Amino acid sequence: MVLSKNCASLLGRYFRNTLIPKTLSASYTSSQVHADVKLEWTQNLNFTGSSSLLIPSYRVLNQQGQIIKESEDPKLSDSVLEKMYKNMTLLNVIDKILYESQRQGRISFYMTNFGEEATHIGSAAALNEDDVVFGQYRETGVLLWRGFTLSELMDQCYGNCDDQGKGRQMPVHYGSKRLNFVTISSPLATQLPQAAGAAYALKGKNKIVICYFGEGAASEGDAHAAFNFAATLGCPVIFFCRNNGYAISTPSKEQYKGDGIAGRGPGYGINTLRVDGNDIFAVYNATKMAKEYAITENKPVLIEALTYRVGHHSTSDDSTKYRSVEEVQHWTATENPVNRLRLYLENKDLWNEDMEKQWHTESRKDILTAFDAAEKKSKPHWSELFNDVYQEIPDHIRKQMEEMQQHIEQYKDQYPIKAYSP
Amino acid sequence: MALNKLYTTCIQSSSFLKTFQNVFGVTQARNFFNYFPTTTMPVEGPTEKINMYQAINDALDIILKEDDTAMIFGEDVAFGGVFRCSVNLQEKYGQARVFNTPLCEQGIVGFGIGVAAVGSTAIAEIQFADYIFPAFDQIVNEAAKFRYRSGNQFNCGKLTIRAPCGAVGHGGLYHSQSPEAYFAHTPGLKVVVPRGPIHAKGLLLSCIRDPDPCIVLEPKVLYRAGVEDVPSNDYSLPLGKAEVLQEGDAVTLIGWGTQVHVLMEVAQLAKSKFNVDCEVIDLVSILPWDKDTICKSARKTRRVLIAHEAPMTSGFGAELAATIQEECFLQLEAPVTRVTGFDTPFPCIFEPFYLPDKWRCLQAIRNLLDY
Repeated sequence: MVLSKNCASLLGRYFRNTLIPKTLSASYTSSQVHADVKLEWTQNLNFTGSSSLLIPSYRVLNQQGQIIKESEDPKLSDSVLEKMYKNMTLLNVIDKILYESQRQGRISFYMTNFGEEATHIGSAAALNEDDVVFGQYRETGVLLWRGFTLSELMDQCYGNCDDQGKGRQMPVHYGSKRLNFVTISSPLATQLPQAAGAAYALKGKNKIVICYFGEGAASEGDAHAAFNFAATLGCPVIFFCRNNGYAISTPSKEQYKGDGIAGRGPGYGINTLRVDGNDIFAVYNATKMAKEYAITENKPVLIEALTYRVGHHSTSDDSTKYRSVEEVQHWTATENPVNRLRLYLENKDLWNEDMEKQWHTESRKDILTAFDAAEKKSKPHWSELFNDVYQEIPDHIRKQMEEMQQHIEQYKDQYPIKAYSP
Repeated sequence: MALNKLYTTCIQSSSFLKTFQNVFGVTQARNFFNYFPTTTMPVEGPTEKINMYQAINDALDIILKEDDTAMIFGEDVAFGGVFRCSVNLQEKYGQARVFNTPLCEQGIVGFGIGVAAVGSTAIAEIQFADYIFPAFDQIVNEAAKFRYRSGNQFNCGKLTIRAPCGAVGHGGLYHSQSPEAYFAHTPGLKVVVPRGPIHAKGLLLSCIRDPDPCIVLEPKVLYRAGVEDVPSNDYSLPLGKAEVLQEGDAVTLIGWGTQVHVLMEVAQLAKSKFNVDCEVIDLVSILPWDKDTICKSARKTRRVLIAHEAPMTSGFGAELAATIQEECFLQLEAPVTRVTGFDTPFPCIFEPFYLPDKWRCLQAIRNLLDY
């Protein structure tokens, strides 16, 4: 039998080798079984662990909006800089209006992005539109950068007849085929191994995948699977961790020990960067370098962006129950990513108070127009609940739909059909 | 700066925050049922008017007090949990016994199995039943089979898993599911669904003390929906027993959790519109389930309607229907009928059309009577 013959010859070789060990040692060492790096032997027993060196956090802009080291200035054009700032502040006004509208009961749910604007815009600006995005749920700025319109955004939050998700998901679960932004799903970290798979399939096509997630999601088993798959299978994917300090109420320090999310990268054999997530240029430079590496080497990169979730987790949360107002104020006043870019722009005479006022008025007006229009639109026809379970509607679901049709005709006063498209 | 102000309004100054306590299920909670409080007391003694999350908190408090091996853990449990079920317990019993875990459901359940396997009491919270699936392997292959595979040398019976389930008005695909049937298919587990505060407390205490691993699926819309006079003392409610809430002779209506309240109203509608008396049964316990009570009622009324929020295909109603036809075939006047969620994911904006509401149930009763 072939197998036993192979075994026998291998065993034979092994025993011969014990007698004449020098013959194979040049081409093969025992450490090759365990890793593709050289193993060193030691006679000292020492723990390796918490005292390991911390990965430094890369920063370009200081808190006064000045470039700390000239060589790190990404030297972006004035128009890109203006687009960055406008997207960040547009996102702020959207968040404010939609947050309040949820409070008034006009939309059912909302999640703000306050504090994390630089992670969205800085990373999105460093990529091309055909790079595929797998998001978590707090990356609205990435969509804005790619050209998601205010109407598309409001239509989704209202789940109206123009929502591309057909009203099936809660607000902020955006998705856009046109913009290569895969539709958001509420379960955490599920997108990570999917991103590795997508990147593997896109190898050699001159594009990469970026996958956003939080430091909380990084505790899920799926995160481990994703890192390990991406490393072993050589997937050109950027794992972009928005470490914003909290997973709902759970602070980072209860989420992990050791050197954060970045600290895990080397353990998986993944090239890793840690950046100041409130410094848009640091995020931009890191993402740009990560993409170049991923695409040329066909390997993953892990970026951990240190930032802060200024808002509540969602409209269903009240963060005053688990963190201090002083803490939040520190991050809004001292570490504010939007202010930092604004100071930079003002230092370069690219922005001023008048422009700020004008832009604020203009963006507020545009947002409210889109908001009002979305509110007025009817919901999709109720039968949309039965479509898209499969590509073709199977008989058993069609039968349920027909029964519901008959039922609604009989009980039409009991169903809110007027709010839904005819 | 204007921007700071903008942040600030969204974080602290809004007046609603002062009254805003519950985390999920506040806005636009569509009134898809009317709450029918339980008035029969499981035990004598003092009572307190409390809602379901408070009753659960009360049960957890009792256990932590009497059993110093008991520990409660899960995501965001330390500050009280997103539904407030563990509020004040960490302050009272310390961080070693009431604590946050990293965000990882498979970790939470696996950890709980380990705690239970060495003899301590583990009460694990999964934040939403929709997020229990990463723990499916730990529940189905590990917790459920721990005793059997070891020839009863080991068990993890001291493990109880709590998870909020069911429709809430605006939860969409991932904050609305009712996954009881997945677990009902797993020998070795016990699964219960309370319909309100009295049941939540009694069933949770029973599950925690039961020698087998249990899952308590708590309909999240009920956490605050209804207030009952809940006994302040320790008490337990039997696992595996259904409860006849209203006797009747025309049609047996079977449900669990929130759907029980829908069926109570449907029984009233059937009385006023068709002048018939329906028998309403809360199944209470999904696994094991009370075949005797169900079949006794089916033989009496000869017509059975089962209603649940989960999709129809392979929903737990299928198991009930199969058993009823097997046991009561000659007594039935009409085929057992099911009114359920449709065979689709749970859709956000279409929830009013998706649910097995009172009108769909009422029409099903009409059809049963006319068969």
